[in-house]
Amino acid sequence: MKNNLNSFPLSDKFIHDFGVYQADIKRYDNEKIALCRDQAFEHFLKIGLPTRNLEDWKNTDLSEVYNESYNHFYHEFEKVEDIDKVFQCNVPHLNTIMLAMLNGRYVSKDEQLKVLPNGVIYGSFEAALQQYPDLVAKHYAKYADYTKNGFTAINTAMAQDGFFIYVPDGIEVKKPVQIVNVIHHEHNICIQTRNLIVLGKNAKLTLIHCDDSYNHQKSLSNTISEIVLGENASLDHYKMQNVNNDSTLINFAYFHMDANARLCSNGLSLNGGILKNNNYVKMNGEGSECNIYGLYLMDRKQHIDNLVYVEHLKPHCTSNELFKGIIDDSASAVFNGHVIVSKDAQKTNAFQSNKNILLTDKAKVNTKPFLEIYADDVKCSHGATVGQLDTEAMFYIRSRGISEHNAQMLLMYAFADEVIQKISIEALKHRLEDMVKKRLRGELSVCEQCVLHCSNPEKEYSFEIDLTKI
Amino acid sequence: MLLKIKNLHASINGKEILKGVNLEVNKGEVHAIMGPNGTGKSTLASVIAGREVFEVTKGEVLYKGKNLLDIPVEARACEGIFLGFQYPVEIPGVSMTNFMRTAVNEQRKYHGLDPIPSGEFLRLMEEKKKMVEITAKLTNRSVNEGFSGGEKKKNEIFQMAMLNPTLSVLDETDSGLDIDALRIVANGVNKLRSKENATIVITHYQRLLDYIVPDFVHVLFEGRIVKSGGKELALELESKGYEWIKDGIS
Repeated sequence: MKNNLNSFPLSDKFIHDFGVYQADIKRYDNEKIALCRDQAFEHFLKIGLPTRNLEDWKNTDLSEVYNESYNHFYHEFEKVEDIDKVFQCNVPHLNTIMLAMLNGRYVSKDEQLKVLPNGVIYGSFEAALQQYPDLVAKHYAKYADYTKNGFTAINTAMAQDGFFIYVPDGIEVKKPVQIVNVIHHEHNICIQTRNLIVLGKNAKLTLIHCDDSYNHQKSLSNTISEIVLGENASLDHYKMQNVNNDSTLINFAYFHMDANARLCSNGLSLNGGILKNNNYVKMNGEGSECNIYGLYLMDRKQHIDNLVYVEHLKPHCTSNELFKGIIDDSASAVFNGHVIVSKDAQKTNAFQSNKNILLTDKAKVNTKPFLEIYADDVKCSHGATVGQLDTEAMFYIRSRGISEHNAQMLLMYAFADEVIQKISIEALKHRLEDMVKKRLRGELSVCEQCVLHCSNPEKEYSFEIDLTKI
Repeated sequence: MLLKIKNLHASINGKEILKGVNLEVNKGEVHAIMGPNGTGKSTLASVIAGREVFEVTKGEVLYKGKNLLDIPVEARACEGIFLGFQYPVEIPGVSMTNFMRTAVNEQRKYHGLDPIPSGEFLRLMEEKKKMVEITAKLTNRSVNEGFSGGEKKKNEIFQMAMLNPTLSVLDETDSGLDIDALRIVANGVNKLRSKENATIVITHYQRLLDYIVPDFVHVLFEGRIVKSGGKELALELESKGYEWIKDGIS
């Protein structure tokens, strides 16, 4: 087989490993899914990994990642010595159903898939493949279009595990479900995770998805999430990214929304080497609403690329995007917002906003909020700003006796706060306020102080007096 | 002597605004600086407070006997200098409470004091709010955001009251105020007057000086103080206009 477009050690390894391990990879597949994998693989051979020649990837250089030799593409289930100790979240008052993923594998003390009396199912994607093949096959690769990009294609072909959540019609999951996704391995590893979340009619779910890394090994994570919101379903989706500087996270979230569904997605990117988040939202029924928010705080040589692609296919839908970033040192950020309002999607409301603060001359932002409108009765707006901290405000604050450093902190925190205030879980909001403050002060260590509690119990902070302590 | 300005020259973007200002202020005094637009009043206030866009090209400013021009903005504030802004800046996302608490505590830290206890801080806030007749809750309001013109100016005096400065420079605090707000602002300033502090009131009109009665009135014109006198000078200016000064010089 010849990859005629682009050949890199990484894509060669993918192709090689699929050849070697495909029987294992497909061991729980039904025919439909196995066929799907083959087709996806064929597409990968045609299109390869995305390079900067592609519009959506032109400002994110992954060549180093593509040339890196990662281990462990395929691995057996790993035994975890003490799950409770590894996965323990210490956000005060945050009471969640906790699901744990280690190196792309679902880990649990008891069964891999849990079925609650009300019909809610959650747990391992692989276990769902075995136990609910039809349910998985009904949705697998239906929303994640593998013909469009190589990461989605190779993930569709090769991914084995991830998390699976099914909420039947009319059920509200009261406790937030928290997924803690940890990368922790002695080698440089590449993981491919596949998540599927299905919300039935009138179903309701809050999902907190944390990406963390433990050690300082290089890693690449290619995660695809397919998320289906049935009629009038409601999903609050929080994504926390706090991984080491050698981690590359490639995330694709494909949201499919039926009539009157409501989605609120908030991505909080605190640390990571290269973060590429791609949110695809298909508004496929009348009256649905999505709010996609993002906050990113990048420094050193970190890079983040947020893509939000919203398709308004039916009338009376609202989409709202707000992404804010603070870029320090020689870090860089990219925002691509693309809203398509199709001919039939009259009475659409679509808003895009991306605001950036650059703290140094070397920090860089590429932003492109973009509207493509084919309907004639719509309300749409888009805007982007890139600037420095307001010098007038700096002088005002300093003139009251506040040091330059702390004046900067106040302004940066105020800038970030708009996105944090969108978090509707109080306990999580408080923790994020704290984490963002620490991050801005340069005190946030990836391994010690993240949403995930590792080894040292962290002191609790009083938020009211926090800023005065700096 | 609290403040001594000698032959001060200052410019912005190469354009000289202050062309040799001399001024002496003692504790317990209120000085009014008047003058037509564009004559350097606000520049003088900014230079005293330490705004970096202005370059001092000549002369000196001594505050409590020390060279003020050597120290950064925030240290000047901690040393007791307060600037009441002509155009208070809106800072979305920074609550008034947090802003004031941070300011009070940084100033305390500068003087080697521990942070103010929470209860005491809140009592202080309430007391000073009453003084300038602020009824709104400040806890959840961002600094100056959505404040009316009058509220912004009251907020300046509120901050002055919270920080208890030794030398206050109030830059056109009367501009944009209706008569009620003017009275409240002036009352606030008067209540804060003491033998231990001094105030420089910069104004365009005599009106404010009916409420804040100055000990000295100076006329700033084309970057220099061209005339000084007692409070009656303000009245004279009001009736004769600035043309009278211009004629006097030329």
